[in-house]
Amino acid sequence: MNIQNMILTLQKHWSEQGCILMQAYDVEKGAGTMSPYTFLRAIGPEPWNVAYVEPSRRPADGRYGENPNRLYQHHQFQVIMKPSPENIQELYLDSLKALGIDPLKHDIRFVEDNWENPSLGCAGLGWEVWLDGMEITQFTYFQQVGGIECKPVSVEITYGIERLASYIQDKENVFDLEWTNGFTVRDIFYQPEYEHSKYTFETSDPDMLFQLFNIYEKEAHRQMENGLVHPAYDYVLKCSHTFNVLDARGSISVTERTGYLARVRNLARKVAKTFYEEREKLGFPILKKEELSHE
Amino acid sequence: MSKHDILLEIGLEEMPARFVTSSMNQLKDKVQTWLNEKQIEFSEIIAYSTPRRLAVWVKEAAESQKDINEEAKGPAKKIALDQEGNWSKAAAGFARGQGVAVEDIFFKELNGVEYVYVNKFIKGKPTRELLPELKDIITGLNFPKNMKWADEDLRFVRPIKWLIALYGEEIIPFSITDVKTDKISRGHRFLGSDVVMHSPSKYEELLKEQFVITNPEERKQLIINDIKELAQAQNWEIPIDEELLEEVNNLVEFPTALYGKFEEEFLELPEQVLVTSMKEHQRYFPVKDQKGNLLPFFITIRNGNKEHLETVARGNEKVLRARLADASFFYKEDQRTTIEASLKKLQTIVYQEELGTLADKVQRVRRLASQIAKKINLSEKEQSQTDRAAEISKFDLVSHMVYEFPELQGFMGEKYARLKGEDEAVAAAINEHYMPRNAEDSVPPSVIGSVLSIAEKLDTIASCFSIGIIPTGSQDPYALRRQASGIVAILEQSKWNLTFESLLDMALDNIESEGFAKRSRTETHTELTHFFKMRIKHLLNEQNIRYDLIDSVLENEVGILSELVERASVLEAKKNEPEFKGSVETLSRVMNISNKASGHVTPNPDLFENEYEHKLFAAYQKTVESYDQQHNEESKFDLLISMKTEIEEYFEHTMVMAEDEKVRNNRLALLFEITRVIRKFAEFNKIITG
Repeated sequence: MNIQNMILTLQKHWSEQGCILMQAYDVEKGAGTMSPYTFLRAIGPEPWNVAYVEPSRRPADGRYGENPNRLYQHHQFQVIMKPSPENIQELYLDSLKALGIDPLKHDIRFVEDNWENPSLGCAGLGWEVWLDGMEITQFTYFQQVGGIECKPVSVEITYGIERLASYIQDKENVFDLEWTNGFTVRDIFYQPEYEHSKYTFETSDPDMLFQLFNIYEKEAHRQMENGLVHPAYDYVLKCSHTFNVLDARGSISVTERTGYLARVRNLARKVAKTFYEEREKLGFPILKKEELSHE
Repeated sequence: MSKHDILLEIGLEEMPARFVTSSMNQLKDKVQTWLNEKQIEFSEIIAYSTPRRLAVWVKEAAESQKDINEEAKGPAKKIALDQEGNWSKAAAGFARGQGVAVEDIFFKELNGVEYVYVNKFIKGKPTRELLPELKDIITGLNFPKNMKWADEDLRFVRPIKWLIALYGEEIIPFSITDVKTDKISRGHRFLGSDVVMHSPSKYEELLKEQFVITNPEERKQLIINDIKELAQAQNWEIPIDEELLEEVNNLVEFPTALYGKFEEEFLELPEQVLVTSMKEHQRYFPVKDQKGNLLPFFITIRNGNKEHLETVARGNEKVLRARLADASFFYKEDQRTTIEASLKKLQTIVYQEELGTLADKVQRVRRLASQIAKKINLSEKEQSQTDRAAEISKFDLVSHMVYEFPELQGFMGEKYARLKGEDEAVAAAINEHYMPRNAEDSVPPSVIGSVLSIAEKLDTIASCFSIGIIPTGSQDPYALRRQASGIVAILEQSKWNLTFESLLDMALDNIESEGFAKRSRTETHTELTHFFKMRIKHLLNEQNIRYDLIDSVLENEVGILSELVERASVLEAKKNEPEFKGSVETLSRVMNISNKASGHVTPNPDLFENEYEHKLFAAYQKTVESYDQQHNEESKFDLLISMKTEIEEYFEHTMVMAEDEKVRNNRLALLFEITRVIRKFAEFNKIITG
């Protein structure tokens, strides 16, 4: 099964489970969790079921397109369900079956893995799912997001698309994966991989990036004061990505590192709190809607 | 009375493997305690666990609590009866309270006073009515880490999926979150299906039909048998690591062992890298040949049956291949970096915010190591080896390999140092300086490794104390206790002519001179000494030395640690000899009286008034002159004891607290000097002779 069909299959599967199918969010980010469709919507009492593909940038993992397993940008298929459904593990296993993975022919295990993202004030408990010893999915019950206790709890399922595809297509090199008939990952992503690696490690301008970080940070705070959560959060994401590039570039010393992470964390916490307050002002509209439909 | 079995099963989403066994035991203990408290008799209780379930089967639980027949005590007889001998109000009230008539009252004496009593009978409640309390046992289970899910308020190890609670064939009704008790269990996720438990005794058997081995010991045995079978068929040697076995056992409900292979070229990687990749990251058992050499194979335990094993093996091979290819890449990359370049990087890594960078740390360790090497008279060559080993002791911390496999620190340093052409002794010391890595690990085999290990650990402990990081109770985030025990073990076994006090001073001097100390020297010094004495005490305890003997040798300076330990053993060995008591008492007597002395004054023989003073003085001089020349601690002890007759005769004929102040002070001075020698061995008056 090629990647395009995998995505279509997963979309169909989760759409049938009542998930809103969304598109990737258009600001750079390191993981699907950082999309406002996850980070913000996991906060507060409103139900939320959503699935989307998220291109995720990890500047430090850039390898000029030369490493068979590491990418500057890979793809995650992200599912969020709030509150976590009772049969979520079964729903997940059904999605694997839909991808042609017959559990009877493989060894599928749920191995403890607790997830933490201190820079976003997030913590969760769950597993990494092993398929014949390979970690193909991160499965997490969010306990805290942006420093706020989750109630109800969301479950997050993150499929590593390239990982899973390399298994399904039995390829050793990520660039040999078939995206769709006649197109491989190499055809589509090799050049950007090379260029982004070169940019990250060689030609990026740390001084400019440091300036941008400060500007973005200031703007995030300013917009939060206006109660404009989403514009503020976009700037938090920009801060985070800028930090990641600087970090990969080796421009941030260990002592400074702690400081920058704390600045991003403060922003994220503030956004989370503001989001909650703004939704509360609106009377948690999705919750109201659910209640109405049940009457 | 008829009896029924109880079955309790908590069905869960996969628990963390490391919690399964302890949680099972906890459930069993709590159910057992509850039954005992409720006085419900039973014959046996058996616990089961898999990653997805915790269960207990209680055999033959009585249908009701035991009836209670007891005597209830009331007021004293004189209060219970009025002057006419009629029952008083107090007596009537007591009887009413106990639900009996006053006619049932009888008298009994207690401590010479007569009281009223009644026989009380409490009928036991039916077990059936009490069993719903099992709910509280389940919700009261403690786990090291809890979570919440969906909209529920309960915090539990993982979401609860189903509950079985049976008494005989009857369901015990209760619910937790929105899960109601029932009699339906679930089989293996993929191989089995739901199964109805008609009665508790069928639990194990019915689930086995659904590909769930509920008895963890049986599951473990199946894994071991599978591994042994593979080993035999292939003529392999497969060491079974207990910890790994326990973990994989709790990752599966129906185990099947299978093997996979990897490319032979990866065998060029250091064995430890291969083993770590397989064990820590993939939970595989490495495979060896009969000579103990690693072979390019691994064993994994699948949660399933023997079908499609080749697919599973191929998948696992692919994962391991990618990991080993990474490791191989790191191994080559690391070799392209010079040691000097790595050392430079240490300047950018913070060791501890208040204690500087790793380079600062290395600098302190290097100085301390050199000082120790000099003090214990290592040869010029060994001194320079020590210095080099200290200088490069941390260079591997910035290697790709240690970044990926932190547990390989030191080990990779040794490998890389050797590949870079460093001296063999230097390379070995880099790994050895982390030893002993845990309570079971041995001390560094080489003297250079030992010096470096002590320098590194002592700097860590002393610098942490200097900025106020001191372990308290269960809080010891930097594992300072373990490191202190490591130092103690090395000092004990090395027998260097180096006192603990001088070692501590060197470490503190270094930290102070670099400006890292944040607290007063005396305070830090006192706390450190106490901290180390606790570790020494622990060591002596483990050697089964009686506690008062331990206290007696720990009261004063530690000195040369191996000698201190030897002194404790000498006392332990002699404590049951018939003359021990007398000897200790005699020496103690000297020590006790000498407390009255005002301090160190040289005794003046001209002021002696009797021959016994002269004799004792002579004995003392002989002892003090030869004490330090004795070859072992036992002869030191014997030397002290050799003064026994002189001391006893002295006390018999001499009044220490003489009227004449000069004479008195002179006598105290002599006893004080003798005490100073005795103290070198032990504080004898701490020893219990009674």
